[in-house]
Amino acid sequence: MAKKRSVVPFGPQHPVLPEPIHLDLVLEDEKVVEAVPNIGFIHRGLEGLTEKKDFRQMTYVIERTCGICSFGHGLGYVETIENIMNVEVPERAKYLRTIWSELARMHSHLLWLGLISDAFGFESLFYQSWRIRERVLDCLELTTGGRLIFSVLEPGGVLRDINKDQEKEILKQIGLVEEELKEVEKAFLLDYSVQTRLKGVGIITKERAHEIGCCGPVARASGLSYDMRKLGYEAYGNLDFEPIISNDCDSYARCEVRIKEIHQSIDLIRQAFAKMPEGDLSVPVKGFPKGECFTRIEQPRGEAIYYVKANGTKMLDRFRLRTPTFANLEGLCEMLKNCEYADVGILCVTIDPCISCTER
Amino acid sequence: MANVKRSPWLLHYDGSSCNGCDIEVLACMTPVYDAERLGVENTGDPMQADILLITGGINAQAEPVVKQIYDQMPRPKVVVAVGICACTGGVFKDAYNIKGGADTVVPVDIYVPGCAARPQSIIDGIIQARELFQKRSEEHDAMVKAGLTYEQYKKMKDEEEAKKVAAAKAEEDRREEENNG
Ligand code: SF4
Repeated sequence: MAKKRSVVPFGPQHPVLPEPIHLDLVLEDEKVVEAVPNIGFIHRGLEGLTEKKDFRQMTYVIERTCGICSFGHGLGYVETIENIMNVEVPERAKYLRTIWSELARMHSHLLWLGLISDAFGFESLFYQSWRIRERVLDCLELTTGGRLIFSVLEPGGVLRDINKDQEKEILKQIGLVEEELKEVEKAFLLDYSVQTRLKGVGIITKERAHEIGCCGPVARASGLSYDMRKLGYEAYGNLDFEPIISNDCDSYARCEVRIKEIHQSIDLIRQAFAKMPEGDLSVPVKGFPKGECFTRIEQPRGEAIYYVKANGTKMLDRFRLRTPTFANLEGLCEMLKNCEYADVGILCVTIDPCISCTER
Repeated sequence: MANVKRSPWLLHYDGSSCNGCDIEVLACMTPVYDAERLGVENTGDPMQADILLITGGINAQAEPVVKQIYDQMPRPKVVVAVGICACTGGVFKDAYNIKGGADTVVPVDIYVPGCAARPQSIIDGIIQARELFQKRSEEHDAMVKAGLTYEQYKKMKDEEEAKKVAAAKAEEDRREEENNG
């Protein structure tokens, strides 16, 4: 008997998804044979705002592309403007930016750990991860005044400093995060029932990941050593680290990579504080940008590409952003082929989709 | 139904927010802020929800979804707009795909400002929504007791309200006349 095909809509409002995304799943009994994503629920027209706001105001608009990777987006944008205008940012500002991006990466990954545990039904693990995450948010609030959206960047430098007391507090808090995470990660990496949900599920082979252009933790979990921080923007060139990779290619590997990256971020913050010089926070930027430029940044979710075209007036001609989730959605469709219907929720979460970045 | 305010169901929908406010709404439910101690609990099902939290401005594609969710919720219901985007449109007000705040699509009762709205103020909004929900459910009970449909009840209330306003106006006019005279 021929198997019957049916199409099941998934989303836009669905309990495992914090954000609306819609997938049409073509099922053959319980097996998914095809998944067709349908996006556009959070499209605001952010890039179009370049016509109405000047290039300094755009910094704050672009930070609001996404509440989780907010700092990274702001950073990518101001770097692009600085590259066009040939501005050299003071050393101290570079270190401060690095510290804040790593704190943002920690909070993003901890958030993801919570979401994945919610997806496989470990509610208390979800609560634990988010409790640890609050420590990171406290550090961010202490130094920038905002919990999620910081607005501390400007073309030419940063607007706030981290003083000695705050430094001590941050180091203390991340020490506690490290200890607590060591407790919690046992559940993620060693627990039997977690492993049955994650191991061997959602495989993207190394070749395939390269072909479809996955990035970030998804690519690194498929064995591709691909980390934009290695380009050495901001202070990353002076810090000592290696991209974390795993060759398992499954959901478990993606979880493992993210947990190890939190530890790596803690290490990078410690290094950055040890090496941070005294000095100015910003240099004055005069005039308007003219020219065009591409910049690449490693966001918590992967490589993001920023493009700015400026014409010498205060309004920009064009701003464009390629987000990591856009690259990884292709990976998601790859994973969903031939998976069980019950795994769809978890697989959606393992690429750490950030829909509001992708649709802007 | 005397103390229904103790445990309303909460439904959260993301109009077109930047995630910031969504994450803060979720953070409200986790141990540090723990809005669940107030008796509210998150649900994914509009059919049983009492309080709707909307984050983000409303864009063209989300508009029918928000309307549908609002209509699916049983009466009485309370709508809370979380974050400055849901209140007025915020930074995205001028963007071509944004209609404006949540109140352009559904009636909003409580506005929670902030970008991103802080968990403390979201919890404050939830508490106010709970009070309002209690008031509305008492009214709702009265309506059911009187055997009226919502439309009839609303008409009656509107008429009462209009009468009150007219009476107040007459009173004022009289006073003014006295003063003048
Ligand atoms: S109010 Fe701010 S944080 Fe909230 S959705 Fe709007 S831009 Fe994002």
